Amino acid sequence: MIPEEIKKLIGTSGAVQYYAVEKGAIRRFAEAVDDANPLFQDEEYARKSPYGGIIAPPGFFGWPQKQVRDSPLAVDIPPELEAAFEKAGYPLSLVLDGGMEYEFFLPVRAGDILSAVTTVRNLRERTGEGGSIIVSFLDTVYHNQAGELVAKQQLMFVRRSLNSPPPEAVHA
Amino acid sequence: MPEQLYWEDIEVGAEITPLAKIATTQMLVRWAGASGDFNPLHYDSAYVASAGLGQVIVHGALKRQWLIQLMTDWMGDQGFLKKFSCQYGAMDYPRHMQSISEPQDGETWHCRGKVTRKYIEGDIHLVDCKISLENGKGEITTSGKATVILPGKSTDAHPG
Repeated sequence: MIPEEIKKLIGTSGAVQYYAVEKGAIRRFAEAVDDANPLFQDEEYARKSPYGGIIAPPGFFGWPQKQVRDSPLAVDIPPELEAAFEKAGYPLSLVLDGGMEYEFFLPVRAGDILSAVTTVRNLRERTGEGGSIIVSFLDTVYHNQAGELVAKQQLMFVRRSLNSPPPEAVHA
Repeated sequence: MPEQLYWEDIEVGAEITPLAKIATTQMLVRWAGASGDFNPLHYDSAYVASAGLGQVIVHGALKRQWLIQLMTDWMGDQGFLKKFSCQYGAMDYPRHMQSISEPQDGETWHCRGKVTRKYIEGDIHLVDCKISLENGKGEITTSGKATVILPGKSTDAHPG
């Protein structure tokens, strides 16, 4: 059973978060992936490409303008959700990234300012030996400074209870 | 970048050009800084031990980004990644460093994929693909799907 104080948060959203897409941050991200695609770092190459300028690798939405505290996620989840998980014995230290779905509508360009809102779409519980995990399905929608829809994402965010087995056992 | 791929040139069952990757402890620190995921599970061995894990683990999001690169490398500058999804099935562990810049010998990962469907919607030319990440033992640790818009020989692919 998912505790009621967590379950009642289905449908709630976090605050609007803004992301600046800076050229240097795009390059640093591409370097961290070891992705040498010139569209992400070579201004002259990118200018002559169909995009006419540097774009970000799909999946990079810039750096949050307001620090996202106490969360390994770059999205702002409703603070009530975080508090409810902690209170019910699903601490942040036992969080795991379960997977991601993206739909892309427009490229993210160097210089964009994106806005994003994250909504708790669903929660599912899986109970195994010695504990339970709750998977949160978190939907984030990104728009650019022109108000155009850029991308939708769905993050599967896994929380383990304090008495649940270590990740190997629950991961598959 | 390789030559542009066109929708007409792809058949169902075609293999996506594989992408070899390595993960090192150094790269995980770099990824933490670039992505903003500072979970100590990815760089602090003492913390990892206290959490009941054997060793630091590769960020799921980094594996996801490798698979995204598999697609962007393959589709070329005129392609557009329309949809992407992945799920993590098993942990991966980075190579340690043997010097300030060189990793130890060890595991190499391979991103792979296949075209599962080829279709047209309106005037948009699309292919669906099944993708996966294999560890050094050939076991799949991450799997997913991607949909790519490719240019047709007489149409543009990229929106914007």
